[in-house]
Amino acid sequence: MPVPEITDSFTGSVNRVTLGATKEDGGTRTLTITIGGARNVVYGGSAEDASEKPVIAMDVLDSKPSDWPETLAEPYEDVMDSPGDWAKKCVEQFGADLICLIFEGIHPDKDDNDAAHAVKVTQEVLKAVGVPLILWGCGNDEKDNQVMPKVSGAAKGEKCLIGTITEDNYKSLTAIALADGHYLISEAPIDINIAKQVNILASDMGFPLERIVTFQSTGALGYGIEYAYSIQERQRLAALTGDKMMAMPAICDVGYESWRAKEAKLADAPGWGEAADRGPMWEATTAICLLQAGVDIIRMRHPRAVTTTKNFINQIW
Amino acid sequence: MILIGERINGMFTIVKEAIAKKDKKVIQGLAEKQAKAGATYLDVNVGTAAADQEDAMKWLVETIQETCSTPLSLDSQKPVVIAAGLKVVNAENGVILNSTPLNRKTDEEIMDKYIEMANQAGPKASIIALTMDKNGVPQDIDTRVAIAAEIVSKAMEKDFDPQRLFIDPIILPVKVPDAQVQPGNILTAMDQIHLLAEPAPHMTIGLSNLSQGAKERSLINRIFLAMAISRGLDSAIVDVLDQDLMNVVATAEMLMNKQIYSDSFLKVY
Repeated sequence: MPVPEITDSFTGSVNRVTLGATKEDGGTRTLTITIGGARNVVYGGSAEDASEKPVIAMDVLDSKPSDWPETLAEPYEDVMDSPGDWAKKCVEQFGADLICLIFEGIHPDKDDNDAAHAVKVTQEVLKAVGVPLILWGCGNDEKDNQVMPKVSGAAKGEKCLIGTITEDNYKSLTAIALADGHYLISEAPIDINIAKQVNILASDMGFPLERIVTFQSTGALGYGIEYAYSIQERQRLAALTGDKMMAMPAICDVGYESWRAKEAKLADAPGWGEAADRGPMWEATTAICLLQAGVDIIRMRHPRAVTTTKNFINQIW
Repeated sequence: MILIGERINGMFTIVKEAIAKKDKKVIQGLAEKQAKAGATYLDVNVGTAAADQEDAMKWLVETIQETCSTPLSLDSQKPVVIAAGLKVVNAENGVILNSTPLNRKTDEEIMDKYIEMANQAGPKASIIALTMDKNGVPQDIDTRVAIAAEIVSKAMEKDFDPQRLFIDPIILPVKVPDAQVQPGNILTAMDQIHLLAEPAPHMTIGLSNLSQGAKERSLINRIFLAMAISRGLDSAIVDVLDQDLMNVVATAEMLMNKQIYSDSFLKVY
């Protein structure tokens, strides 16, 4: 009896999603980014099965962060006060495929910036770069529900990826993303059951599943990466076996999580090697590990970590 | 679960009349309702009453495809009727040839013919093969499994991907004298059929046949379906409009870890 080719046996695939709207499509982006489409696990099947290359979204904050370690802040010292210039630097000098604009500064416990500020920053960044944008709220439900609809409106028709919606807070952002023609990020706390539920809830509101990207939450190297890895793997396998509620491309937040690790940020640790190398290495290792579980967009921060990760992607995909 | 919607069948009066009167609306309505309810395929059976079965099959296929893109399962015991449907079917997203026995007294090569027809229909065309041969439907477990094994090896000989093969162990009405042993036999046979190829061939059953003539038909169907799903059944010809039945499918698949749990797990179909 011949040995059957089991790598061909998957019936489903990851949804293919194209972010960004160019002039012809009613937006102002100079290029679009397509992710997803995988018909197999990473390293499995033929080269065509791997489909689109994973991409890197570099984080830009709406207001200058006060808690970034020196190693991380150093490459951005000249641009941290101007999100537009910051985004430009990420794209032109550091090779970002996308910009992830994070509205950390609107959080009531941080700068408590208002919607007018958020809109202004969105417009600045849209003007400064031609790549598609990810627009990410601060995580405070009440403030996000106030501000993010305005941010969405300011980028109407640009086909941004906007988020995040959660099981307890999805209605207003889902409705506005639908109205403004954006794509949604559905978030779950490393819990596959909730992840699926959030997708079903958005779908029940009439939001197309083909316009959702999932965020399962991320753990960095040494801080729960194995949980993040196995949940990404499970999502990919569910997509490949035809679960339409789990067939979305995935995004990971590697930058923020990696730089929370003391091994990455602690300057005064003589036995651990140079701080200038440790942080970028921690971030790159986290990214490369998660890429192998099947992830489509990686959010990153340090330019050296980005270079290393891009190099890996270009060799593998 | 690959669910084949059973409602477009000439044995139902409403369908029989629609075929006789060429009433497209009735057929298209049934197609749309079943597609919405979660049917992966729509079964198309002209029944026995149609004057010209080949012509009726063509008309049904064309009528459904005018308004519905769900792939079809062409259901007839006569190869010529299936062939008539294949002439007009859109097989791009799949089509099932339903069904062939391993062999017949009058036609030893019948399964080969189905494989040939499926190959001509395209790479996504599948076959339902019944665990039945020239001696009829076996009553015992071992013969059922032996026929299934012959079906699988014949498919492999012909280079026909086992993933395009659905094995139907033939469920008979439980309300027949001495037939009550059969549902249990079929479950045991399923355990073994599941191991015949890697990955396992699909298994399907014509579920409603089980409760033919019995009281509590829907309950009997539902319970047996849950039991069979636990033995590896991954397809069934069912009434997808029966919401209770669909809830059983969703729950059984979730409990077997074939679907990821979510609080809205009943909504997957």
